[in-house]
Amino acid sequence: MELNSKTPPGPLANKWEKAKASYKLVNPSNKRKYDIIVVGAGLAGGAAAATLGELGYNVKCFVYHDSPRRAHSIAAQGGINAAKNYRNDGDSIYRLFYDTIKGGDYRAREANVYRLAELSVDIIDQAVAQGVPFAREYGGSLDNRSFGGVQVSRTFYARGQTGQQLLLGAFQALERQIALGSVKMYPRHEMLDLVVVDGHAKGIITRNLATGRVESHAADAVVLGTGGYANVFYLSTNAKASNTTAIWRAHRRGATFANPCYTQIHPTCIPQSGDFQSKLTLMSESLRNDGRIWVPKSKGDTRGPKQIPESERDYFLERKYPSFGNLAPRDIASRASKEVCDEGRGVGASGRGVYLDFADAISRLGRPTIEERYGNLFEMYHDITAEDPYEIPMRIYPAPHYTMGGLWVDYNLMSNVPGLYVIGEANFSDHGANRLGASALMQGLADGYFVLPVSIGDYLAGQFGKKVDAGRPEFAAATAEVQDRVSRLLGAKGTRTVDSFHRELGGIMWDYCGMERDAEGLRKARTMVRELREKYWREVKVLGEGEEPNQSLEKAGRVADFFELADLMCLDALQREESAGGHFRTEYQTADGEAQRDDDKFRYVAAWEFTGEKSEPRLHKEPLEYEEVKLATRSYK
Amino acid sequence: MNLTIHVWRQKSREAKGGFVAYKAENISPDASFLEMLDVVNESLIEKGEESIHFEHDCREGICGSCGMMINGVAHGSRGKAMATCQLHMRHFKEGDEVWVEPWRARAFPIIKDLIVDRSGLDTIIQAGGFISVNTGSAPEANMIPIPKPVQELSMDAAACIQCGACVAQCPNGAAQLFTSAKVSHLGLLPQGQPERYERVVRMVEVMEEMFGSCTMFGECEAVCPKAISIDFIARMNRDFIAAKFKSQKEISVGV
Ligand SMILES: Cc1cc2nc3c(=O)[nH]c(=O)nc-3n(C[C@H](O)[C@H](O)[C@H](O)COP(=O)(O)OP(=O)(O)OC[C@H]3O[C@@H](n4cnc5c(N)ncnc54)[C@H](O)[C@@H]3O)c2cc1C
Ligand code: FES
Repeated sequence: MELNSKTPPGPLANKWEKAKASYKLVNPSNKRKYDIIVVGAGLAGGAAAATLGELGYNVKCFVYHDSPRRAHSIAAQGGINAAKNYRNDGDSIYRLFYDTIKGGDYRAREANVYRLAELSVDIIDQAVAQGVPFAREYGGSLDNRSFGGVQVSRTFYARGQTGQQLLLGAFQALERQIALGSVKMYPRHEMLDLVVVDGHAKGIITRNLATGRVESHAADAVVLGTGGYANVFYLSTNAKASNTTAIWRAHRRGATFANPCYTQIHPTCIPQSGDFQSKLTLMSESLRNDGRIWVPKSKGDTRGPKQIPESERDYFLERKYPSFGNLAPRDIASRASKEVCDEGRGVGASGRGVYLDFADAISRLGRPTIEERYGNLFEMYHDITAEDPYEIPMRIYPAPHYTMGGLWVDYNLMSNVPGLYVIGEANFSDHGANRLGASALMQGLADGYFVLPVSIGDYLAGQFGKKVDAGRPEFAAATAEVQDRVSRLLGAKGTRTVDSFHRELGGIMWDYCGMERDAEGLRKARTMVRELREKYWREVKVLGEGEEPNQSLEKAGRVADFFELADLMCLDALQREESAGGHFRTEYQTADGEAQRDDDKFRYVAAWEFTGEKSEPRLHKEPLEYEEVKLATRSYK
Repeated sequence: MNLTIHVWRQKSREAKGGFVAYKAENISPDASFLEMLDVVNESLIEKGEESIHFEHDCREGICGSCGMMINGVAHGSRGKAMATCQLHMRHFKEGDEVWVEPWRARAFPIIKDLIVDRSGLDTIIQAGGFISVNTGSAPEANMIPIPKPVQELSMDAAACIQCGACVAQCPNGAAQLFTSAKVSHLGLLPQGQPERYERVVRMVEVMEEMFGSCTMFGECEAVCPKAISIDFIARMNRDFIAAKFKSQKEISVGV
């Protein structure tokens, strides 16, 4: 199999224009004759479904939520980047492109990232026109804040609810299309398989979560905007239901999975407080604009934070990375926090925490300003921990947050399975080995509003008159497989709950494939994951029936897929014998403990092909060519 | 801590439901209400009983999935804006008896246990809860300045998470707070002006077909997890009346 990125030739700044000019077009009056399935209605899927509907296509949109507005995108807090340069601080499309490539530790495709930076400005225009109430200055123009890994202010925000407001913009556009009849919405429908006919993606199998019925849906193309897989760690900042099933099932049907080991551990989350804990809560990166991160200088210091004088505090990010300070990128900030905790200088009962302190900012700017900027985040922290962050510093610790890996796609966002498009966090495209803050919202919306709706026409134009219907044997075969899995899960009749397995799996992944990895640990983890997986199919206990609402069954299917993905993540981490961004192999580090890349050997996208349950996946490499930026060792010092 | 919870169990929309008592044992005061239910569910499954079904996802008060009546109060805490997932067990006392029910409203049929069908709220949005602007046709974002107080007020309304607590708490099962939040979010912004009056009429008409009527009890505001103000209902009513008594053309040109 050859992975062709289909990157258009020519200078970077002209590539997208060139691509658009070369796409075949679908005649406007023919658009309604094409059925497109969009799975997911987060920023990526919601924007795509609405825009495809506006263009005149016949769209069917599926989500497992009861309403498209509940997608995990709703939880994004901090903001969205755009190269508007409203601050006149030297920002430009080029700078946003460069920051993102560098932030990703030179493991992303240049052309994709450049297009993302170009489209960022259109996203803000579109969102404002839809009524997204972004924060404003007193003069009435749009306000900006700073995010990690950059030295300009280019992040647009709506209080601490940016994801919510952007998603509502897309959701409202989608509801408008539903009312107009161009989009048919299927809420409470979970995609459990992809149907491939003659090598092309032509449909999906779903389970109706309200009735338990398994259904087939055919279309001319399938778009997956199904989000990330950080819940493989069990505890993460993702919504509880976020899972890998849609992309994993597509992977098993032939779509290659790229860079699965690239996961992002976010530095500022509320530390775990007990075994009952079901998820971890993010404290937005925007807090690092004004909060200072520190731990006591000496080990085992049990004094309260206020009792520790300035001279006995270690503001370790400011010390190690003076030019970026508290706004060092996530991978770097997380590892630095882990390091001080490993040294025994962590704070809080568990010793797994560092302070995020606002005392300076409050005395400099006054409490009302801080309240205005972060009021809802402070309240959230207070509700969860029963501690008042205006009075005592927050305690934070890194947690799994985002997955840069995902299904491999070409420049046009099509996977290697013709007709299968993948957008948003579900693909691997733009963030390399580490994603900068406020750029996932940007990518989801760029994909959904501006790239996919145009690029998909190029494929569809060649599919005229090639409709398949759900009566084809491929649909029956996939349905039978889905039903078989359901009955195997229900039939295991074991002794352990799904959650107990998921927790154990998450523990293995966190210990061996989390913030730091090494070859020995990864090999061990693979064995452990496989053993646990076998046990799972024997000993899992799923009650109830298939033909009714059954939340245990829903979870059981998702966890089964996490097991398979976990193994691939370890394998990918094992083959990548270098450190890059969020992938830190302890064997490969510089003298001062920073990630050491090996550009000669590993400057490629690792795309894995599924070869069967019993055989090892096959690795395909897409070399990364850098025409514009010079590869350098990332420095935030 | 240890508590007794009385939970509404109902197998399907048609089945007859009823309260079943469970012991919630060794619960950490730092656990959320949903985490307490997780603990109870794990023990139920171990005993061979089906878990209590309830909706949830973000578990941080933003997705609007969760929601149940706790001791007769939507989301369990009156006056302190929070969703069920943000309610912590430290708000309860050792030995408490807690009654847990699904949203009760004619417009929200029960699907199973604590899960209800809230799709009527999406139908209200479909009637006009949007600004009609196709992708690609937007002007430069800073072209129309918006006074900060206007943007802030619009954001207050836009914060709604569509959980349905307002409807569930209302003795009439009315959806005025929800609808007025969307009408106000969009109607306050310059971008929302062209469709402002048409929008309010269409949304209110659809709302009235499905939901009860508002008699200004104010119960909705007391339980709203985003503290959305009942003043928005007055704003919606003003726009609605204006729209009904004047023609679209008269309003648009300001006579
Ligand atoms: C707490 C938090 C805060 C964040 N803050 C920021 C931020 O400030 N800025 C930023 O840029 N990024 C942020 N991110 C990252 C960003 O929110 C996500 O990467 C992004 O929203 C993902 O969008 P998406 O459209 O790809 O997927 P999602 O929003 O996850 O949507 C997935 C959709 O797919 C559907 N789905 C999934 N699987 C199936 C299936 N099998 N069948 C049917 N439907 C399915 C779901 O129902 C849902 O509609 C944050 C993330 C977290 C966790
Ligand atoms: S689970 Fe999302 S609001 Fe409670």
